[in-house]
Amino acid sequence: MPTLTYLQAISSALRDELRADDRVLLMGEDIGTFGGAFKVTDGFIDEFGPDRVMDTPLAESGIIGTAVGAAVVGMRPVCEMQFSDFISCGFDQLVNVAGKMHYRQGLAVPLVVRLPSGGGFSGGPFHSQNPEAWFMHSPGIKVVAPSTAADAKGLLHAAIHDPNPVCYMEHKHLYRRVKGEVPSGVFETPFTARVAQPGSDLVVIAYGAMVPVALEAVSDGLDGASVEVLDLRSLVPLDEEAILDSVERCSKVLIIDEANATCAAGAQVAALIAEKGFESLDGPVVRVATPDVPIPFSPPLEAAVLPGVDRVREACRELLAY
Amino acid sequence: MAQVADGGADAAIEHLTAEDRIWLLRAMLLMRGLEERAMSLYRQGRVPGSFYDGYGQEAVSAGAAFAMGPEDRLCILHRDLAAHLIRGVTPTRILSQYMGRAGGITQGRDGNVHFGDRNLGCVGMVSMLPDMMLVATGMAMAFKIRGEKRCAMTWFGDGSTSRGDFHEAMNWAGVQKLPVIFVLENNQYAYSTPVDKQYAVDPVERAAAYGFEGVTVDGNDAEAMFEAARAARARAVNGDGPTLIEAVTMRMHGHAAHDDMKYVPKEQVEEWRKRDPIERQEARLREIGVDIDGLRASVKAEIDAAAEEALAGPMPDPATVLDGIFCEGEAEPLGDGQAPWSGFASDGGAV
Repeated sequence: MPTLTYLQAISSALRDELRADDRVLLMGEDIGTFGGAFKVTDGFIDEFGPDRVMDTPLAESGIIGTAVGAAVVGMRPVCEMQFSDFISCGFDQLVNVAGKMHYRQGLAVPLVVRLPSGGGFSGGPFHSQNPEAWFMHSPGIKVVAPSTAADAKGLLHAAIHDPNPVCYMEHKHLYRRVKGEVPSGVFETPFTARVAQPGSDLVVIAYGAMVPVALEAVSDGLDGASVEVLDLRSLVPLDEEAILDSVERCSKVLIIDEANATCAAGAQVAALIAEKGFESLDGPVVRVATPDVPIPFSPPLEAAVLPGVDRVREACRELLAY
Repeated sequence: MAQVADGGADAAIEHLTAEDRIWLLRAMLLMRGLEERAMSLYRQGRVPGSFYDGYGQEAVSAGAAFAMGPEDRLCILHRDLAAHLIRGVTPTRILSQYMGRAGGITQGRDGNVHFGDRNLGCVGMVSMLPDMMLVATGMAMAFKIRGEKRCAMTWFGDGSTSRGDFHEAMNWAGVQKLPVIFVLENNQYAYSTPVDKQYAVDPVERAAAYGFEGVTVDGNDAEAMFEAARAARARAVNGDGPTLIEAVTMRMHGHAAHDDMKYVPKEQVEEWRKRDPIERQEARLREIGVDIDGLRASVKAEIDAAAEEALAGPMPDPATVLDGIFCEGEAEPLGDGQAPWSGFASDGGAV
């Protein structure tokens, strides 16, 4: 089994899909000749040509809207937002046109929007956001967020095969930092949660870039406590069964979001646990998230708001002692 | 107002049989009759929400949609009911749709003219205009990539030309030289806002700036609309790119049933009343001996029967309200629509 970076795993999934299915079409700004701002599609245009690895006009509404049109006449478009932040310019087409189409008209929109998201590299307020909750709040759109190289590939294959609009949140900070063994060829990772590390005293629930943060935070300094890490992988659908199962076994819960705290994915998980997992709890449901602030540019300011290993470890300590 | 090109209808004659011309009139009569019936049902409290009609604008959708082939794809606006009728949506389903009944095209999930029958090659509009310009552009993009001789058509209003999606779609279609037809239905008002507060330059002139042809057509002439759309479709499927057709017309009723339209000068409405598209088509057909009274009677009978059937149909079951948010099976692309123009009968691809 080859070892790939998270970014190479994404590229591998896209390449395999383009080879396997003529209907698959990549669209985005600078993804063709330039190979993409992060080089996810580097060299693709040479193998697949400019029609299938399309350099689009700089128009995010245009990218999503035309992709919807292509999807309903039989294509399988995969759109790249150069940065997830830019989806704000395509929000209407995604939420109002794509998301509501099947409910209103029974017309499926098989569309994937790749959203390079997250901070940690001084990207500032417009290149660091985690907009997944916007789409969790919009009916008809699935939202997935891989944290490992294998899931980056498997979830992308599953997203492309899915007959619905799927927001695929790929975390920029993981692109070259995360590596792992990835099966070759086309395979699907289900839109369910995964126990990244089993435990019994406390469960840390996370997704995307917060999974490696959680794993590092619980790796030492907790006096040998048995801490579980649950990687959500999919936010819509949300794997309620896996969440409640972890809560039942561990009784204490810490939820991490890199996104701004209010109405984030973690808030939904906390609400779910309050409603359906209350009897299993042996302490308050604790959240660690980015405060409701635009992501600042300067390194010490950014580090002060994004959840890091120390903050998560401290929260674990307090909760274990409760 | 922009100069309206003369001669469109004259040029249309060579492409339209007598049956075609009757089809155009019939589609317009059905549209007007169905909307009038829906308005009475609205006043009786049987149509929830508000009601939006296209009285006086029937020629825009009837003429343009008539030029579209079975494999072409349409994104239809709310004052364009005739396009749905031409594609094959039945009056019963339309009245059921207005009344929020289970037998409506959206089965009660969406209201009024917010529908498109996916089995007839149509995508229903959303309220954010002109979002469907981009959807139509994307369909055309797929047709071009796959080398198919098909086109996409969409309608939008004068107010839509102020939004960014107008620019994005016009630009995208121009850059990629796509087989898409944009029908700008200029009915002089976007809700209460007149065109002189909407744009400084007539939008048809912008087509040249995006690298393709823009034509102005008398939107109250079904045959002129047909001819402009036929020519645009020929350009599209021959690889000559998009066309912007500005159909100049007038919104004769309020934005919706609740709007008394006090902001429109009476003289303006009266002036346009003299140019009624249905009277115009009837006069033409009377000249060639068509029994107009008979046609009107048959349309009325069809609407009466449809209203009876729709009123007898059930409301949707609230237990189904969460069904279909996601597609659970295979994604089925749009199906082909009806295309009654005689030009499609012989070789299936009139160009």
